Amino acid sequence: MKLRIKFTKSGVMVFIGHLDIMRYFQKAMRRAEIDIAYSQGFNPHQIMSFALPLGVGVYSDGEYLDIEANSVTSSEDMKARLNKVMVEGVTVESVRLLPEGTANAMSVVAAADYIVDFREGHQLKGFDMEGFLKFCAQDSIVVTKQTKKNTREIDLKEYMYRIEEKDGKIYMMIGAGSANNIKPDLIMKAYADSIGEELDELALKVKRLDLYGDTADEEGEHNFVSLEDFGEEFHE
Amino acid sequence: MRKQALSDEILLKIDKPARYIGNEVNCIVKNKEEVEVRFAMCFPDVYEIGMSHLGIQILYDMFNQWEDVWCERVYSPWMDLDKIMREQDIPLFALESQDSVKDFDFLGITIQYEMCYTNILQVLDLSKIPLYSVDRTWDDPIVIGGGPCAYNPEPLADFFDLFYMGEGETVYRRLVDLYKECKKKNVSREEFIREAGKIPGIYAPSMYQVEYKEDGTIQRFYPKYEDMPKKIKKEIVMDITNTYYPEAPVVPFIKATQDRVVLEIQRGCIRGCRFCQAGMVYRPVRERDVEMLKDRAYKMLKNTGHEEISLSSLSSSDYSHLGELVNFLIDEFKGQGINVSLPSLRIDAFALDVMSKVQDVRKSSLTFAPEAGSQRMRDVINKGLTEEVILRGAGLAFEAGWNRVKLYFMLGLPTETEEDIKGIAYLSETIAKRYYEIPKEERNGKVQIVASSSFFVPKPFTPFQWASMNTKDEFLHKAHIVNSTIKEQLNKKSIKYNWHEADVTVLEGVLARGDRRVGKVILNAYKNGALYDAWSETFDNEIWMKAFEEEQVDIMFYTKRERDVEEILPWDFIDVGVSKEFLKREWERAKSEVVTPNCRMECQGCGAAGFGGGVCFEAKN
Repeated sequence: MKLRIKFTKSGVMVFIGHLDIMRYFQKAMRRAEIDIAYSQGFNPHQIMSFALPLGVGVYSDGEYLDIEANSVTSSEDMKARLNKVMVEGVTVESVRLLPEGTANAMSVVAAADYIVDFREGHQLKGFDMEGFLKFCAQDSIVVTKQTKKNTREIDLKEYMYRIEEKDGKIYMMIGAGSANNIKPDLIMKAYADSIGEELDELALKVKRLDLYGDTADEEGEHNFVSLEDFGEEFHE
Repeated sequence: MRKQALSDEILLKIDKPARYIGNEVNCIVKNKEEVEVRFAMCFPDVYEIGMSHLGIQILYDMFNQWEDVWCERVYSPWMDLDKIMREQDIPLFALESQDSVKDFDFLGITIQYEMCYTNILQVLDLSKIPLYSVDRTWDDPIVIGGGPCAYNPEPLADFFDLFYMGEGETVYRRLVDLYKECKKKNVSREEFIREAGKIPGIYAPSMYQVEYKEDGTIQRFYPKYEDMPKKIKKEIVMDITNTYYPEAPVVPFIKATQDRVVLEIQRGCIRGCRFCQAGMVYRPVRERDVEMLKDRAYKMLKNTGHEEISLSSLSSSDYSHLGELVNFLIDEFKGQGINVSLPSLRIDAFALDVMSKVQDVRKSSLTFAPEAGSQRMRDVINKGLTEEVILRGAGLAFEAGWNRVKLYFMLGLPTETEEDIKGIAYLSETIAKRYYEIPKEERNGKVQIVASSSFFVPKPFTPFQWASMNTKDEFLHKAHIVNSTIKEQLNKKSIKYNWHEADVTVLEGVLARGDRRVGKVILNAYKNGALYDAWSETFDNEIWMKAFEEEQVDIMFYTKRERDVEEILPWDFIDVGVSKEFLKREWERAKSEVVTPNCRMECQGCGAAGFGGGVCFEAKN
């Protein structure tokens, strides 16, 4: 049985990198006595995969991992058992059962939404919300993106699905996942460049709100669905 | 929200911020208003090393079981954060509360190896605690040291208020109670230190005076006051089953060196290798009850979620219930994806059988520690391992499919000759040849032998405490003899030879057998930038050489010079149970190449029986 676990990350836990969060959850599964399935072979490992790595320093209300379980109890019970062994700063929000044949969170994730704010004392010089939103409303925003191997030109606009102001902060829903992963920093940096200012490394305080899959219709119109909603609560 | 001693900006800038945030699974957070004594327990090295240390885990658990005490952890900030803390004047803090170490009642520092001495000064310095004990006031915590290097505390005497000799489980309660009483009575700090120095096992260095002869050796070592003990006897736990042992150790977020549950199956070692300090100072051997270990295995795995469990002891093969314990661990946990790791096993049929169950034979290597290349040399050091036994073990292993072997040796042992040195190459070659005796079609490819040698450092409370230590040039010359001998042999391509750094070994030699006058060299080196000397990437020998020169301390006096057995040694005031008479006898037997039987074969009357338990009384039970 495949389960999808949604969790949040806050407080000092934002300083724990992705690989260590994976190790943390592997150990948490044992502490909570979740009947997780193991791979075959001499060094069996838990069948577990994460939707999308979260950068160090980034907060999140919507992180996901999928696990394969040999047996389950109920959503409520498993959630309670996991939360009993969590540390401050990581909370399990839901445990849901995925229908047979559902693809991994990792392969499904297509978009993410964020709240972006400036860290105290690191405000971007010359920033104004109106100007920023106008910048985002352009028809195309071409930037060069640095990947591990090379640099390439991309049009950010293709992956900017919604940008707006929310309580004085920036809300953005943008492309995520293996195919079209962009990060809030990339957009903010493009904006900073456009006004001739330097965005300092520590300027942004970012919180990811949720991750989405795209159940696009035949016309190819995006239809973003929260990863959580791919699964269902289950009872004993 | 938890308090954070470091800002987000700093945490995002430095390597591995998880080293400094605390908040780990099973860490203990108490209300500081509700405790009377706050104890900062420090391992003066980087987090991943310090978190792997079992002793601190045991004491952390012990202190925190006491309602009136809150024990927290402190580690050395790595170089990157060290620099930032100095620039921005940020005081060193404990992980749990993130409060400054300076505000604690005690700062306990475990001293596991000599090359951490400058890190001890770093911890004091960053905590804004005066480096010298005499300069401290009640505004500073009581700085207490413990661990193996405390068996010669003298090079560090000026930097510590107290030292704890032996195992921490026994007298910390008395010390804490005395502290509470003294604080209530408003006595001076010096008075408290003096009273503490009367608790068995506690050494208050400032209460003792040393006088030297003209030749630099010690004339007299004595307490300044009549009522201070002349000898400090080490403390040990006789019943190690019914004592403190954590059921839920702290689980680091980042991978520590020991990222597993550790079961300490026994303390001490029956073997009596003459170079080995641990084998002498942890006497007598005391075993833990196997049922208690099984119970802890369950609880610790459940409470940590670790995927590996390992046994710890100086010589696991000598544990009398090893078979039962190992088979239990394999049967209970192997099916749940938990690895069982078995360090320090003597390679024999039993060991190979269990190892083949817990590891992939093709990928793992076997470790032998002959320590010396020739039989003569092994007799001198009392390492009872013969070439025949090694070859039998290796043969069995090769036939069972292993093809990787690690061999550990020492160079620079007392009485060593060129033949003994070349013996390292010869033995490696003989093992390689043994592999190729197996018919080609039954072999698992080529054999890979990695021979490593460290350079021998004579340690206090061993029969070699009087021995001359080699110089750097002698060490390197010897390593080159081994290397070139290997290169001349048939199987040179199957044998890789590594040797340890010689510079750092010499320094270790000075600090291991140093006296109070060496303290100023440590301070000088620290002030001139020496830090993390145990790390080859940060160790700077030049700084140290300059420090010896400026402080006019002669390295050779502490290393090369063979001591007369009548000389007063800096650590003679400590009673570890093993008598000086026994050590002298063993020193003589070493020089005559006579092997001494182990504790289970025949009691040698070393003195450890005085503790009234353990292996010394096994036959009588």
